[in-house]
Amino acid sequence: MSTFIQTLFVGLRLGSIYALVALGYTMVYGIIRLINFAHGDFIMVGGYTMIFTVPAVLALGLPAWAAVIAAIAVCALVGMGTELIAYRPVRKKGTKMTALITAIAMSLLLENLAQAIPAIGPNPKVASQIFTAGGISFAGVTLEYTTLLTIVISAIVMVVLFQFTQRTKLGRAMRCVSEDKEAATLMGINVNHTILATFAIGSGLAAVAALMYMAQYPKIYTTMGSLLGLKAFVSAVLGGIGIIPGAVLGGIVIGLVESFTTSYVSSSMADAFVFLILIVVLVLKPAGILGKNVGEKV
Amino acid sequence: MKQNKTMQGYLLNTVVIVVLFAAFQMLTAAYGGSGSFKLVIAPCLWQCCYLIILAASLNLVLGFLGQLSLGHCGFMAIGAYTAALLSLACERSEVFKNANDPVYLVIIFACILAAGVLSALVGLLVGIPALRLKGDYLAIITLGFGMIIVNIINNLPFCGQDGLALGSASASLYKNGLGFGSKSKVTFLWVALLTTIVCMTMMFMFIRSKYGRCIRAIRDDEIAASASGINTSFYKVMTFAYSAFFAGVAGALYACANATLSTSSFAFTNGGILNSTFIVVMVVLGGMGSLTGSVVAAVVMFLVNYQIKNGAWVALLPASVQGVFQYPMLVYAILLIIIIVFRPKGIFGAYEFSLRNLPADLKASRARKAAEKAERKEAGAHV
Amino acid sequence: MSEAVKTPVLETKKLGITFGGLKAVQDFNIRIYQGELVGLIGPNGAGKTTVFNLLTGVYVPTEGTVLLNGVPLNGKKPHQFVAAGVARTFQNIRLFKQMSVIDNVKAAFTKDISYNLLDATLRTPKFWKTEKEMTEKAMDLLAICHLEDKADILASSLPYGQQRKLEIARALATDMKVLLLDEPAAGMNPTETAELLECINTIRDRFGVAILLIEHDMSLVMNVCERIQVIDYGQTIASGLPEEIANNPKVIAAYLGE
Repeated sequence: MSTFIQTLFVGLRLGSIYALVALGYTMVYGIIRLINFAHGDFIMVGGYTMIFTVPAVLALGLPAWAAVIAAIAVCALVGMGTELIAYRPVRKKGTKMTALITAIAMSLLLENLAQAIPAIGPNPKVASQIFTAGGISFAGVTLEYTTLLTIVISAIVMVVLFQFTQRTKLGRAMRCVSEDKEAATLMGINVNHTILATFAIGSGLAAVAALMYMAQYPKIYTTMGSLLGLKAFVSAVLGGIGIIPGAVLGGIVIGLVESFTTSYVSSSMADAFVFLILIVVLVLKPAGILGKNVGEKV
Repeated sequence: MKQNKTMQGYLLNTVVIVVLFAAFQMLTAAYGGSGSFKLVIAPCLWQCCYLIILAASLNLVLGFLGQLSLGHCGFMAIGAYTAALLSLACERSEVFKNANDPVYLVIIFACILAAGVLSALVGLLVGIPALRLKGDYLAIITLGFGMIIVNIINNLPFCGQDGLALGSASASLYKNGLGFGSKSKVTFLWVALLTTIVCMTMMFMFIRSKYGRCIRAIRDDEIAASASGINTSFYKVMTFAYSAFFAGVAGALYACANATLSTSSFAFTNGGILNSTFIVVMVVLGGMGSLTGSVVAAVVMFLVNYQIKNGAWVALLPASVQGVFQYPMLVYAILLIIIIVFRPKGIFGAYEFSLRNLPADLKASRARKAAEKAERKEAGAHV
Repeated sequence: MSEAVKTPVLETKKLGITFGGLKAVQDFNIRIYQGELVGLIGPNGAGKTTVFNLLTGVYVPTEGTVLLNGVPLNGKKPHQFVAAGVARTFQNIRLFKQMSVIDNVKAAFTKDISYNLLDATLRTPKFWKTEKEMTEKAMDLLAICHLEDKADILASSLPYGQQRKLEIARALATDMKVLLLDEPAAGMNPTETAELLECINTIRDRFGVAILLIEHDMSLVMNVCERIQVIDYGQTIASGLPEEIANNPKVIAAYLGE
C-alpha cells in the first residue's frame, strides 16, 4: 500500500511537470497548428539559465528558486526568437510539412548550439538544492516537500493560465486567432503579436517546468529536453491538442503510467508504454481524449 | 515513340552503371591492399551506400507519398539486428567457418534480404494503424513507433552482449558474423555497391509506374485520389512497407560496416549522424520528390560530415569555426533551416538527373538564364 | 424494354445525413437513367455538395441508400464507389497539381491496371503493353477535352478553365456509369462555358453515361438539363422539367427569399 501511494505521488509529480510542458505545446499548436519540437529544448535553456543564475540569486540573499524569474525571461526571449527567425518566414512560404521540419531543425539547433557554447559544453552539470530538503511522513510513506511543491505550484499555474485565456483581452485574442486567423485580423487583432505572446507564455511555462524538474533531478545536460519534451507532447496529444484542460489531463495520465510501469513492470519499458498509450489513443480517437474530430471539407 | 526514348535511357543507364561497376571492381583489385584504400575509401563507401539507400527510401514516404515519418531509423535498427543475429546464428551453428567459406557470401545476401523482409513486415504492422492519421499526428505516431522498436530491441535478452546468449543490452553484439574488419570491407565492397544499385533501381521502377503515379496523386490531393478510384489506404501502407524494406536493407549494410551495434545509435534523441532527423535533412536537401537528389545529398552530407571531422583543412580555420565544427549537427540544423526557408521543396525539388536528358536540361537551363538576363537587361533599358 | 421496368443507373432512397443534430440532407430521392442529363440546383448552402459527397461515399449517410444499377452501395469507401461506376469533379478544383496533365489522367486508371510490383520492377512486356495502352487512352480522353497538346505540362500551370476540363477528363478515365459535375462552369467566361457545354455533350453522346450536374447559373441549367431537381435546406422542394421548375412558386421563393 505504501508503495502504491508513493508511486501515485511520484506519478502526480511527473505528471504535473509533463502537464506544464504540454501546456506550452498545446498553446502553440492551438494557435499556429505546428508541433513546436523545440519546446522541449526550452526546458534545457531554462535549466542552464538557472544553473548560472542561482549563485547570483543566493548572493542577493534570495531563495534559490527565485532564479526561475531569470529563466522565464530567457526562455520567453528564446521562444519569441524561434518564432521570428524560423517559424514565421516558413509559415509564410512553405507547407505544413516544411514547418514541421523547421521545428525539428530548431530543436537540433538549440541542443547543439548549447553544446557549442564553452560554458555549457557536452558534459552534464549538477544544480544546487532548489527547495528545502525533507518531507512529511505518514503511515510509512514519505512525501518530499519537492513533490508536494511541484504538484501545488503546477496546479496554481494551470488555474491561472486557464483563467488568463478565458478572462483577459490577450487570452481572448489567442482563442480568436486559433479559431480563425483571417477573421481575427478583420476584428482588429494583431495576429503576429498574439502568436509572439503565445510563444513567450508557452516558453515561460517551460522555464517553470525546468525548475520543477531540476528540483527532483538536478543533473542538467543539453539533450535533457528532447525526451521530456516528447513525453510532454505525447501528453498534449493524448488529452487533445490545442485544449488546455486536455494537456493537464494528458500530462497526469502519462506521469501516472510512467511511474506505475516503472514500479510494477520494468523501468526500461516505461518509455515504450508511454508511446504505446499514445498509439492506442491516436488510433482509437485521433483527436485525443477531450478533442473533437474534424473532417476535411470537400 | 516515347517508349523508345525511355528504352534508350534505360540502355544508357545500364551501360554506364555496368561500366562504372566493372571499373570499380578493377580499381578495388588493383588498390585494395593499399592502406588509404583499405582504411579510408572502402569504409567511406560502405557508409555512403547505406546512407544513399536510407535517404532514398525515406524519400518514397516523405517526398512522393508526402507523409512525414520520423521513425525511419527504427526500421533500420530492425534490419541491422536481423542481419547481425542471423549471421551470428549461422556462425554459431557452424554453417560457415570463416569469411573465405563460399557459403559465407550466400549468407551475407540472405541476411540482407531477411533484414529487408522483416523490416517490411514491421512496416506493414506499423503502417496499418499509423497511416490512418495524417500530418503532425502521423509524424508523432511514427516517432512513437520508432522509439518503441528501439526500446523493444534494447530489452530483448538475445540482442545483448553475447548475441544469441543471454546478456544485457550492450554495444558489442557480434564477434565473427557480420561486422567486417577493414580487409573484409574491401573484399565485400562489391556487395554493398551491388545492393545499392539494385535497391535504387527497384525504387526508380516503383516511382515510374502506376505505384509512383498513385502515391504522388495521394500526396497532391488525397480526396481527389480516392475520387479517382485509388485505394489510398492500400497504397499508403504499401509504400510505407516498401520504404521500410529498404531501410532494413540499409540497416543490414550498416551491420556489415560496423564492428559494434548499439540501439542508442538508432534512437531519435541520438545526436549522431544516424538519427531519423539526419535522414530527413538529407531528403530535404536533395529535394522532396527527387530520388537522384537523395543520392547526391546522401553523398554530399556524408562528405561534409567526414570532412568536418577529419579534413586537414579544418586545422587551418580560425579556432572559433573549428569549435563550431565539433558539433556537425549544429551545422546541419542551420543548413536545414536555411534550405527550408529559401527553398521549401529542397534544393533540387522534384527534378531528377538523367543521363539522357542531361545535355538537353543543361541547354534549357542555359537558355533560361540567358532569357532571364535579356529580360533583366530589357527591364533595365525601360527604367 | 418499357419505361416502367428499366432500372435507373443511379437511384437514392430516402437518403439523409445529420451533422450533430443538423439535418443537412433529408429524404433525398432521385432517379437518373442512362444517357440522361439531370440538374441539381438550389440556393447557397442548400446541401447540393453534401448530396454529392453522399453519392460518392465521402460521407456515410445516416439514413437511406444509394443504388447503382439496382445494387446498394452501403458501407463502401469512396474508391469503391468509383470502382462501381460513380465519378465526380469538385466545386473547388482538386487536381494533382505537381503532376503532369497526362499523369493526372493516368492516375485515375490505377484501378484498371493489372500489372503488379514484380512486373513494374522487372519491366516485363506486360508492363510496357499496359503503360502504352494507358497512354493512348489518356491521350484520347485529353483530346475530348481539347487538352492533348498540354499533356506534358504541370497541371497547376494550366489556366483555370482548362483545369476544370482536366478534372472532367480525369473523371472520365475511371470508366464511370454516372458522372457527377459540381459547378463545372463556376468562374468561367461565356466562351469557356460554351466550350464546356460542347465537351459535356460529346461525353454524353460518346460514352452514353448519365450526368448529374450541380450548377448555380440558372440559365445554363435550364438550357441543357432534361430534368431538374431543386433542394433547399436539405429537402427536395421541386423536381420536373425545366419549364415546370422555372414557373414553380416554391423555387422562385427559395431563390428570391420570402
